[in-house]
Amino acid sequence: MSVLLSVDQVTKRFGGLAALEDVSLTVEAGEIYGLIGPNGAGKTTLFNCMTGLYTVTSGAVRLAGAEVQALKPHQIVKRGFARTFQNIRLFANMSALENVMVGRHPRTHATVLGAVLRCRKTRAEEAGIREHAHELLRYVGLGGKSRGLASHLSYGDQRRLEIARALATEPKLLALDEPVAGMNPNERQQMGELFRKLREGGVTLLLIEHDVKLVMGLCDRVAVLDYGRKIAEGPAEEVRRDPAVIAAYLGGEA
Amino acid sequence: MLDSLRRRPRLAFALLAVLLAALPFIMGFGLGNSWVRVLDFVLLYVLLAIGLNIVVGYAGLLDLGYIAFYALGAYVYAWLASPHFGLHLPFWAVLPIGAAVAGLFGVLLGAPTLRLRGDYLAIVTLGFGEIIRIFMNNLNAPFNLTNGPQGMNLIDPVSVAGLSFGKSLHLFGMKLPPTYLYYYLFLAFTLLAILVAFRLQDSRIGRAWAAIREDEVAAAAMGINTRNMKLLAFAMGATFGGLAGGLFAAFQGFISPESFTLWESILVLCMIVLGGMGNIPGVILGAVLLTMIPEALRYIGDLQRATLGHIVVDPSDLRMLLFGVALVAMMLFRPAGLLPSRQRKREFAAEDGVAEQEQASLYDAKA
Amino acid sequence: MDIFLQQLVNGLVLGSIYALVALGYTMVYGILELINFAHGEVTMIGAMVALSVIGVLMGAAPDLPGVMVVLAGILVAIPACMALAFGIEKIAYRPLRKAPRLAPLITAIGVSIILQNLAMLIWGRQYVSFPPLLPTIRFEFLGAHISLLQIAIVVLAVTIMAGLWLLVEKSRLGRAMRATAQSKEVAQLMGVNVDRVISATFIIGAAIAAIAGVMVSAYYGLAHYYMGFMLGLKAFSAAVLGGIGNIAGAMLGGLLLGVIEALGAGYIGDITGGFLGSHYQDVFAFFVLILVLVFRPSGLLGERVANRA
Repeated sequence: MSVLLSVDQVTKRFGGLAALEDVSLTVEAGEIYGLIGPNGAGKTTLFNCMTGLYTVTSGAVRLAGAEVQALKPHQIVKRGFARTFQNIRLFANMSALENVMVGRHPRTHATVLGAVLRCRKTRAEEAGIREHAHELLRYVGLGGKSRGLASHLSYGDQRRLEIARALATEPKLLALDEPVAGMNPNERQQMGELFRKLREGGVTLLLIEHDVKLVMGLCDRVAVLDYGRKIAEGPAEEVRRDPAVIAAYLGGEA
Repeated sequence: MLDSLRRRPRLAFALLAVLLAALPFIMGFGLGNSWVRVLDFVLLYVLLAIGLNIVVGYAGLLDLGYIAFYALGAYVYAWLASPHFGLHLPFWAVLPIGAAVAGLFGVLLGAPTLRLRGDYLAIVTLGFGEIIRIFMNNLNAPFNLTNGPQGMNLIDPVSVAGLSFGKSLHLFGMKLPPTYLYYYLFLAFTLLAILVAFRLQDSRIGRAWAAIREDEVAAAAMGINTRNMKLLAFAMGATFGGLAGGLFAAFQGFISPESFTLWESILVLCMIVLGGMGNIPGVILGAVLLTMIPEALRYIGDLQRATLGHIVVDPSDLRMLLFGVALVAMMLFRPAGLLPSRQRKREFAAEDGVAEQEQASLYDAKA
Repeated sequence: MDIFLQQLVNGLVLGSIYALVALGYTMVYGILELINFAHGEVTMIGAMVALSVIGVLMGAAPDLPGVMVVLAGILVAIPACMALAFGIEKIAYRPLRKAPRLAPLITAIGVSIILQNLAMLIWGRQYVSFPPLLPTIRFEFLGAHISLLQIAIVVLAVTIMAGLWLLVEKSRLGRAMRATAQSKEVAQLMGVNVDRVISATFIIGAAIAAIAGVMVSAYYGLAHYYMGFMLGLKAFSAAVLGGIGNIAGAMLGGLLLGVIEALGAGYIGDITGGFLGSHYQDVFAFFVLILVLVFRPSGLLGERVANRA
């Protein structure tokens, strides 16, 4: 397998406070990679550094070999790396369908002139966007809810919609920030199935998760962050037995 | 009646076209020719409001110096088609130049400021509007560029294929004064602007603007270059403003800095807020109402004179006061405007939209 | 050199007034992240009310010493502006605290228009002149002139700023204000009555604005229903220059802007070879504003980053 994403000695400081210290990890194409750690361990900060929302203090992030840490979020999306947010950030006052249609933005090309003249190419593209968005909604299980307002969807559906929207950008790598937080076991189960389906469809997944059971059952490999440092990385089963991890994180629950 | 028209859009369209074509005659005969002039201004303001709506309504950027772009368009027109510099270029050349200059200034102003938070943009644009006005007021010395507070006059009227809009046209035994001719010219531009705005709204670009308005970070995470898209909205609004300014200069034949005060910017903003931000029919309604109301207010002056013998409160003094009250009241009681857009309505009244959504999903299940 | 010194003196006097008005913008912004557009108009109302009181007193008690009359004017203007600001916050801003960002900004503009036009209806379109009540003693200092009024303005302004600083840093209310600025939710949990703190912020800003309004009209010798607009814009620019939300920043920004403006107006003719004259004085504030926003959006003393993540 080839390396899709590599984080190389990334440090992120806010003022004097180091949120990430020398973190390195690699995600290989085709795997489901889990990022776990206690609250405040720096997981979301790492996500933000990888997706261009934060600039790293030092270190490098490489996507398919090319450095991306200096790029803007939209450029990183364009290179095939999409994400969702821990505190769902949908376009609340747009319909579910419109939300996903926005996600097609980086893969479509209509300019102002094209939009105004509504030439054949633009019309075809627009129809394609709509079609693709409908398809994605069905794919994540929101087929009948395309016209409803995003903010009126149930919590679980909003998470699904956010995934559909991210998928619309055609990512090779999809980063999900606590995608099953607040869901009941049944919903978690269904989400797990969706993740496997995504992987089979060729999308590499990177997830931040609190639910250790889900992570262990789903992820090929796992990295554990604690106080901004990586304390373990490897296959789920190995990591689970790592004494450092048990002390830092699993110890509380196991 | 309305319902049957809704079922026959073609007929409704034809009726609307006839009405728009006949409107100056109806107004002219019914209320007097001065009302045709009012009608011309209504169209200019609709044009302005549609331009500003792209910035404020679509992209959610508060631009308080919009009138500066209108001023730029007007002054460029005056420089290139008046005795001031002895240049008399044709209007089809001058108008695009004016619009382009305004658009360019929009980019120059927007590029550094659009990465900042929205309310800073409001203040910077407001400052920009004042700067432009101060320069126009003072650039008569040492080199007379703007003729200062006196303004510039004898600006060339629009002239198409030898037909000058500055003179009455005799057609089939009818005399069409310039105000009628400009009505049709402005109508053409306004309809074009409406078409452009509608099509943009319903496109990849319009969705990107809406996404930025909703949540800028999420928009960036969807691969939208937020800075460029905001700049695009800002520049497009400015271009519309410049275009309207050029038309204004040709129509009036005279411009001075007095026409381009901050209050004009606020007036156009009021139109959008009152009518319904982001919704074109609402914006048109707002522009029509706010242009007509001051005219109607004149009657309050007559009424005072008739009943009280003299004027106690000058109606033109009341005008701005009423606008201020309208702005506050609209925001407090009907923030989405008189004719809200689908989206804005939801935005401001997220609670009572549940029924609507249920209906929508029923519809979806059927489809 | 004497021009330089003279302009510096004028700039510092004007700047201390800007600083006072800027305090109102910065305090409200610090707590609500709202640009209180109407603040300039509150300043104007302060000047107008004071002038009305002064006019009445001069008619009723012609023997009263001038300084007392002016003081009485200020003492009426202060509570009037406080009540006005309290009302504005309660009616136009509070209901919109959770609304989309654009909404309170638009009502702020609306309130500003209302106040301006009400003032025009009440006090007319003409300039109201400030009666010659105050002593016109002038001192000479290294070739620059400074009047007693100018000294009084600076001394009073510095006193008010020191008082405000003490209030914010040392008092219970000040602590509550700082807590609310950090996080309304947490402050509320800690038992702070957030609504009352916000009201207090508006009221304190308005009281200072009333004094600033009287200062401006005394300094220029006139007042006008339109005066609050430019003054407000400049004061806001001063607040941004210093770092909006930061009280010391507003003071620094005000003084600095006053000096920039005075020196700019004094020298712009020389710099541009006579192309631009001193009537461009009003432009400087905006250029400063735009330059600050472009190169240092957090202002001179601001720590907060204006750019959203």
